[in-house]
Amino acid sequence: MQVHKYDVVIVGAGGAGMRAAIESGQRARTAVLTKLYPTRSHTGAAQGGMCAALANVEEDNWEWHTFDTVKGGDYLVDQDAAEVMAKEAIDAVLDLEKMGLPFNRTPEGKIDQRRFGGHTRDHGKAAVRRACYAADRTGHMILQTLYQNCVKHNVEFFNEYYVLDLITVEEDATKEDGTPYKQKRVAGVVSYDLASGEIHIFQAKSVVFASGGLGKIFKTTSNAHTLTGDGMAIAYRAGIPLEDMEFVQFHPTGLAGLGILLSEAARGEGGILRNSEGERFMERYAPTIKDLAPRDIVARSMANEVREGRGCGPNKDYVLLDLTHLEPEHIDAKLPDITEFARTYLGVEPYTEPVPVFPTCHYAMGGIPTNIKAEVLQDNETVVPGLYAAGEVACVSVHGSNRLGTNSLLDINVFGKRAGIYAAEYAQGAEFVELPEAPETFVVDQLQMLRDATGSERVGAIRAELQETMDANMQVFRSEETIKEALAKIGELKERYTQITVQDKGRRFNLDLLEAVELGFLLDMAEVMTVSALHRQESRGGHYREDFPDRDDENFMLHSMLYKDPEAETEGIQGIRFDTKPVVFTRYEPMERKY
Amino acid sequence: MSTATVENEPASTVDLGESGDGAGAIESFEVTLKVRRYDPERAEDAWWDEWTLTMYGTDRVLDALHKVKWEIDGSLTFRRSCAHGICGSDAMRINGRNRLACKTLLKDLDTSKPITVEAIKGLPIEKDLIVDMEPFFQSYREIMPFLINNSPAPTAERLQSPEDRERFDDTTKCILCAACTSSCPVFWTDGQYFGPAAIVNAHRFIFDSRDDAGDMRLEVLNDKEGVWRCRTTFNCTDACPRGIEVTKAIQEVKTAIITRSL
Repeated sequence: MQVHKYDVVIVGAGGAGMRAAIESGQRARTAVLTKLYPTRSHTGAAQGGMCAALANVEEDNWEWHTFDTVKGGDYLVDQDAAEVMAKEAIDAVLDLEKMGLPFNRTPEGKIDQRRFGGHTRDHGKAAVRRACYAADRTGHMILQTLYQNCVKHNVEFFNEYYVLDLITVEEDATKEDGTPYKQKRVAGVVSYDLASGEIHIFQAKSVVFASGGLGKIFKTTSNAHTLTGDGMAIAYRAGIPLEDMEFVQFHPTGLAGLGILLSEAARGEGGILRNSEGERFMERYAPTIKDLAPRDIVARSMANEVREGRGCGPNKDYVLLDLTHLEPEHIDAKLPDITEFARTYLGVEPYTEPVPVFPTCHYAMGGIPTNIKAEVLQDNETVVPGLYAAGEVACVSVHGSNRLGTNSLLDINVFGKRAGIYAAEYAQGAEFVELPEAPETFVVDQLQMLRDATGSERVGAIRAELQETMDANMQVFRSEETIKEALAKIGELKERYTQITVQDKGRRFNLDLLEAVELGFLLDMAEVMTVSALHRQESRGGHYREDFPDRDDENFMLHSMLYKDPEAETEGIQGIRFDTKPVVFTRYEPMERKY
Repeated sequence: MSTATVENEPASTVDLGESGDGAGAIESFEVTLKVRRYDPERAEDAWWDEWTLTMYGTDRVLDALHKVKWEIDGSLTFRRSCAHGICGSDAMRINGRNRLACKTLLKDLDTSKPITVEAIKGLPIEKDLIVDMEPFFQSYREIMPFLINNSPAPTAERLQSPEDRERFDDTTKCILCAACTSSCPVFWTDGQYFGPAAIVNAHRFIFDSRDDAGDMRLEVLNDKEGVWRCRTTFNCTDACPRGIEVTKAIQEVKTAIITRSL
C-alpha cells in the first residue's frame, strides 16, 4: 500500500474535474484520480450545446437565462445558484473559446448560437438562440479542450484509479447557538489502482468530487457503463447527505430500444415529434414552444402517446423524430453525429425516414449537496472544510426538479472552475488532517469479501434485474404502488448481493471485481432514490406521481435530504434518515409552469 | 441573424406510410466469438477462447463480449464506457481490422464463421483486450496538443470565419481511441513513430487560424520519427471510427512542412 500527499485531490476527470484541475493545478499541488482515461469521460457524449446569454445572434440577457433555469426546474432551483450560473455562463463560454474550443461561427466570426428546449426570450415569450455549440459534438469538444489544457498545465493524472472511500474524521464542535454537533473534516481518499490491484491512499487538504452520475441504475439510459454513482455512494456512506435524489431526467429522444442519445439540438434545428397517426402531438401539450418544451414535459408527453395507443412500431412502444422536412445539407452541417447513430444502430436514414425514439435515463438532478462555492454540506448549513463537489455528482441546486438542456455543460464549467479555485485556496491556508488509523480497512475488507465470496449469485444478473425494475417502476410515470414494487425488489437484490461470486480472482485489471463494487453503489443509490420518490407525494419536474398529479408547493417546496443512519427509518426502510432543506428564493415567485 | 426567422413550419399531421409500423420483430441468430486471451497471472502465453452465443439484430460486438463476461466468464477483460462510439475505450482488432466494438454490429459481420477479437497491435498487451495506452498518449503530448496564441486575448471571443473554422473540422473529431495508430504497419515495427493520431491532433492546431505555434509543431513532426515515416498505406483512414481522412491530414502536414520551408 502506498500513501501519497497532495494539497488537492480531484476525483473524476470529466468536464467538472478537468475544469477544476486547470484552476487548482495552477495554484496548488493537485492530483486527478479517474477510473477511466480522462478523454473517456461521459462529458464527451454531450451533444447539443452550452447556453450563455452572449446575445451574438439575437437579444438575450443572463436574467432571462436565470428565469428559464428556475422555471425549467419547476421552482425547486436554488435561485442564488442559478443566478451565479447564468451570469458566469458568459465567461465560461469565452474561457473555453480562449482555451481553443472550436465553436461553430456566425458569418461575422462570432460564436454561433441556436435554440434549445426551455430557453426563451423575455420570460417565456418565444424560443431564443442561446446555445453555443460545435455541431452536435459540443461535449466532445469541451472534453478534448479541457484535456488539452490539462496537458498544457502539466496536470498530474492517476488514470484508472478507482476511488472507493472518502476518509473523514469527526470533531466535537458547537454551533453559534450553543448546540453541540460533530464537525466532519476531510483527510483524503482511498483508491484502487486497476493495473496492479493495489490500494493507494491519497492524503489531501482538499478533495473535489467530480465523478458524474448514476444512469446505470436504469436499463434504458444514455449513460456510459461506468456511470454507477460511485461519488454519491461514497459520500453517502461517509455520512454526507444526498439531496433531491428522486429527480432523474429522462431525455425524450433516446434511440428506441437502445437509449443512445439523440440531441435536443435535433429539435432546436427544426426536428419534430410525431405519433403513429403522423400527428405533431407536442402542439397539444405545449402550444407555445411545442417540441422545444423542457425535457420532462416532452418525455411525459411521448410516454403518454404510447400509453394511449398512438405509439409506433410492431409493439407500438415508441414515437418518431421527424427530420425529413430539413435540408440534408443542414442536417449534415448541424447534426452529423446523431444522424450517423440512427444509421449505424437502427439502419434508419434520417433524410428520408423518421427516427424511432423513446425517453432514456439521462441525468441525475440530485446529488451531494453543495453551496455556490462548491463546498459540500454535511447538513442544511454546515460546510465540511476542504470537501467540494461539482457537476452531476453535486446538487447545488441549479437544476431543481428538471434540468434544462445545455445547462449541464454549463454547470460543469461554472462550478468546476469554482471548485478548483476554492479547493486550492482552502488548501493553501490549511494543514493536513491527520489520517486515522488504517483508513484503508473498509475497502480492503470489502474487496477481500467480494474476492472470497462463493455464493451462487452473479453480478450481471442482479444488475440486470435492478435495471429492469427501475425501468418498469421508476421511469417517467410513478405511483406509490410502482415505487413500492421497486423498493421491495431492491431489498431482495441487496440481500442477494451478499451471495455473489466474482469469477476473476486475479490482481491485475480485475474489472470483474470492480463491477461487483459498482453494483453495490448502484443498489445503495437505487434505494435512496426510491425512498426519496416515495416520500415526495406530489408531481414536480422529472418526478411525476400518478397518485399525486399536481405540484404541491405548500408541502413539498423543499429539497429532500437523505442521510445514511443505522438508527433511523424512512418509508419503512431501516437505515435511512429523511430531512428537508428550504429552497433559496431571490427574485422569482413560483408560478404555474406552462409552455 | 435575419435568416433565423425564415423557417417553414412543418405540417401538423402527415401520412407516415410504412414508417409508422416499423420493421418487424428483431431476429436472433447464433454467433461464435473467438477471443485472444492473455493474462500473465494465469499463463505465460496467450491463448484463444471460443463461445457460441445467441444474439440479436441490433447487438454489437461489445454486446457479445458483455454476454460472455456477465453470463459465462467474468475474467474476460476489456475496456468500454459510452458504448456508442464516442469515448474511444473499446478499439480492438475484429476479424483482423481495427474497429470499435460498440460500433460494429454483429449482423454486419460474416456470422457463418467465428468472429475473431484481439487487442490492438503495437502497444504492450496487459490483459486480454487491454493494452498499455501510455506510449500512445506520450506521442500525443509531444505535439503540444493545445491552442497556443501569444497575442493579448480580447474581452469577447477571438473571431474566426466559418471558412477558417471548417479548415480543421475533420481532425477535431478525433476521440484518441488509437484505432488508426495501432493499424499502422510503420508503428508496429517502430514504436518511436509518432503515429497517425498524434499527427491528426497536430493538424487540428496547425490549421486552426487562432493558433500561433504551427511552425513549432511542424518542426516536431519533421523529426525522423515524424510524418516522413508515413508510407501512405491508408490503414489509418480505413480504421478511423470517426471517419476522419487521416491519411489526407498527414499529407497536408507534409505539404505544410515543405511549403513553410523549415
